Amino acid sequence: MNDMAAPTREERAAKLKGLGCSRKRVEDVRFTQGKGNYVDDVKLPGMLHGDFVRSPYAHARVKSINTEAAMAVPGVLAVLTAKDLEPLSLHWMPTLAGDKQMVLADGKVLFQGQEVAFVVAENRYAAADGIAAVEVEYEELPVLTDPFEALQSDVVLREDLEAGADGAHGPRKHHNHIFLWEEGDEAATNQAIDSAEVVAEEMVYYHRTHPCPLETCGTVASMDKVNGKLTVWGTFQAPHVVRTVASLLSGIEEHNIRVISPDIGGGFGNKVGVYPGYVCAIVASIVTGKPVKWIENRMDNLMATAFARDYWMKGRISATKDGKITGLHCHVTADHGAFDACADPTKFPAGFFHICTGSYDIPVAYVGVDGVYTNKAPGGVAYRCSFRVTEAAYFIERMIEVLAIELGMDAAELRRINFIRKDQFPYQSALGWEYDSGDYHTAWDKALKAVGYDDLRKEQAERVEAFKRGETRKLLGIGLTHFTEIVGAGPVKNCDILGMGMFDSCEIRIHPTGSAIARLGTISQGQGHATTFAQILASEIGIPADSITIEEGDTDTAPYGLGTYGSRSTPVAGAATAMAGRKIRAKAQMIAAYLLEVHDDDLEWDVDRFVVKGAPERFKTMAEIAYASYNQAIPGVEPGLEAVSYYDPPNMTYPFGAYICVMEIDVDTGQHEIRQFYALDDCGTRINPMVIEGQVHGGLTESLAIAMGQEIAYDEIGNVKTGTFMDFFLPTAWETPNYTTDYTETPSPHHPIGAKGVGESPNVGGVPAFSNAVHDAFRAFGLRQSHMPHDQWRIWKTAQQLGLHG
Amino acid sequence: MTKMHIKLTVNGEPKEVLAEPRELLIHTLREQLNITGPHIGCETTHCGACTVEMNGKSVKACTVFAAQADGAEITTIEGLGTPDELHVLQRAFREHHGLQCGFCTPGMITRAHRLLQENSNPTEEEVRFGMSGNLCRCTGYQNIVKSILAAAAEMNAIKEAAE
Repeated sequence: MNDMAAPTREERAAKLKGLGCSRKRVEDVRFTQGKGNYVDDVKLPGMLHGDFVRSPYAHARVKSINTEAAMAVPGVLAVLTAKDLEPLSLHWMPTLAGDKQMVLADGKVLFQGQEVAFVVAENRYAAADGIAAVEVEYEELPVLTDPFEALQSDVVLREDLEAGADGAHGPRKHHNHIFLWEEGDEAATNQAIDSAEVVAEEMVYYHRTHPCPLETCGTVASMDKVNGKLTVWGTFQAPHVVRTVASLLSGIEEHNIRVISPDIGGGFGNKVGVYPGYVCAIVASIVTGKPVKWIENRMDNLMATAFARDYWMKGRISATKDGKITGLHCHVTADHGAFDACADPTKFPAGFFHICTGSYDIPVAYVGVDGVYTNKAPGGVAYRCSFRVTEAAYFIERMIEVLAIELGMDAAELRRINFIRKDQFPYQSALGWEYDSGDYHTAWDKALKAVGYDDLRKEQAERVEAFKRGETRKLLGIGLTHFTEIVGAGPVKNCDILGMGMFDSCEIRIHPTGSAIARLGTISQGQGHATTFAQILASEIGIPADSITIEEGDTDTAPYGLGTYGSRSTPVAGAATAMAGRKIRAKAQMIAAYLLEVHDDDLEWDVDRFVVKGAPERFKTMAEIAYASYNQAIPGVEPGLEAVSYYDPPNMTYPFGAYICVMEIDVDTGQHEIRQFYALDDCGTRINPMVIEGQVHGGLTESLAIAMGQEIAYDEIGNVKTGTFMDFFLPTAWETPNYTTDYTETPSPHHPIGAKGVGESPNVGGVPAFSNAVHDAFRAFGLRQSHMPHDQWRIWKTAQQLGLHG
Repeated sequence: MTKMHIKLTVNGEPKEVLAEPRELLIHTLREQLNITGPHIGCETTHCGACTVEMNGKSVKACTVFAAQADGAEITTIEGLGTPDELHVLQRAFREHHGLQCGFCTPGMITRAHRLLQENSNPTEEEVRFGMSGNLCRCTGYQNIVKSILAAAAEMNAIKEAAE
């Protein structure tokens, strides 16, 4: 021993940089130097480039495709059409939602931007020349862009589906109908609402938008014919599932397929699904024997890959005259586009929309969702949310506001008297969920106090009077939201994707010198897994986070997992990490007992070591134990120190939060200004507060975009009107406000470390907060409901319709 | 298509390439010169992921022809710091959590670098305006702004100490 005093327990704990530490991110070292490795950075010898001929029409018959001129273009090597894929049965592919979709146009096209032919060339310029030379003859067909009209129309969109036959989720009542999915007791709900003292009714529309990560989708497929191995790099939020799907579709045995998700430039749900580009690149590589790269451009991304939302939600909510909610009825008309390619757990065609009772104790409820085909792009992904949870949160938080108007009541108070109380958890909701934990009143009171709610209401009332006197042209809106999320899909008993249970995994290997590597079934797209999962492990096994490598995304090395989306990484893979860590510790305890010549039970864990109870000077550190596991023969114990855990969560987790937005609105220009945004999140145990805050800032900015301007809009003949960043709104640093973040901490009772997930909360809670602020500004002038996005034109129009322009 | 012979200096090193007249600078950098720090996010000059410096000005390399860069001095993220000695901005972005997925980061830092050359002591408002040609989908900008302001303060302190 040297002369220096031994580090205290606190010093040893701090050195680990474990749970609760705002550890700086390990990823940033390479990202800040431009040394990330994204899919478009992958460059292989002899690599070819593939790109699509896309349909200019939203609905048309494909009369002929002539590839002759394209094949004559210098540098063009192949042009694939549906006819070429048909012998391989790859001209159609299954979707994650039990439907199928065309890989390349098979006789007709069903949305603008649909993939018609795949041109393979020596470089991207030659591919573009080839695309321009492909001649396609179309015959236009009537276009359906409105789901309500589609359900009445004689026009049959999906001629491939047998008339009258059931779909994947039961009977279809019309040729453009996909499914009706129901939950809850409709008769009892109707009875409660019909006999109620107060009823509010409203159509709440959550418009079509797009996750739009800054990096578009792409892949590099390389078929090694010598070894019979296919390697596929790509923007995959679920690499293991992609491997399984690729094997099932191609017939190549799964061990001969290696899928690699390199660094991913944001996902937000856009990179969950399997797209025609992936399939075509793989086929083209098999055909040519060379690696083939396909990278979407931005317009392709916005037009063709995975939109989000597009839910028409008709609600009825009832209450006693003093504001106690007695029932909630919701019917959704869901526009799924040309193919049902929603990325939801298989048994949930409307995702977890039935979390739509929100944070409130509602005795009886019903929800029915009709899925509809239209001539729009397929998708319906969870854009930074758990499956359809954003839609649900927006719906209930609007209905609460409308009910408050109907009751003539303050909306904050209406929420307070209907919150599920702390002592009611675990709480069984009327639509079948068991909320694991929550303390809504505490969070709500903290939030209201932080923004000075009562003073804001006074100021607002004064502003209305001043406006009426003609002294100002600006109104003040106070947007309230209390949301409850449902994330961490999920228990294998009811959650699967294409039959794969939604567990997740972690495999840990401790090296002889006391550092470690852990591999997980998830994949980071900016969430900072390499930083935060090492922190979970550091606290579990006493090895500093800085000495732990986290690796994800290579199916040849990582254990099978269902990937990263729906805020499932921390609830599921984070739990697997903790559980695998505990297995390491259990074995370490046996080794320490042998080394210290005591019984296992005589040891206790102390930060980074096992200590003999009552004899603190006798201990073995994890580093010493790791070394011993490799260099000593220990009776009854295998050499080495490794563990693996496949974690099947017993329940979802239920993060919640209270958001308040204070907004100024100019009634003459329709411009808005965010004066204050306060976001309180409760995500249970906090792993890295710095990362949590960053996630909240980012999610709020996405929700600002969605609520205030971002949409995928179509004209009446199905042209995408928002296909570039000129028209598709992404806020810049200039439009984005500063946010104030706050928290309460209610650990999940069933998660090994009590964590719940946070990445998606700000998108779920942010949209209703912004939208409610707009509505609230006009409440005094009679506004009940207006549709998002609240861009300048729509706000101006609202003011006009309310007669505020004099 | 006839190729053009283009000479340019990239991060202090002279380079020569053959490129079609229509070839974009971003493709020359990424595919011919293997400089993959600058990324492609939109190809319409909106997102700024491809931002580089050309002759002392920020440009979006997705809408500059390689031919226009003939004889130019180009600096990319790879030219700002070295692994042993990161640029103040590179350190500040990490310190203040100014990045998440990292895709916009090279363009962000390269643009911030030029911004601080143009205005060494910007206000928050000036940073927000000066960075408004660079989109980020992950961070909500709050910590990017914080990183740049912190870097400016540090760079000014270093300059003062040297004077």
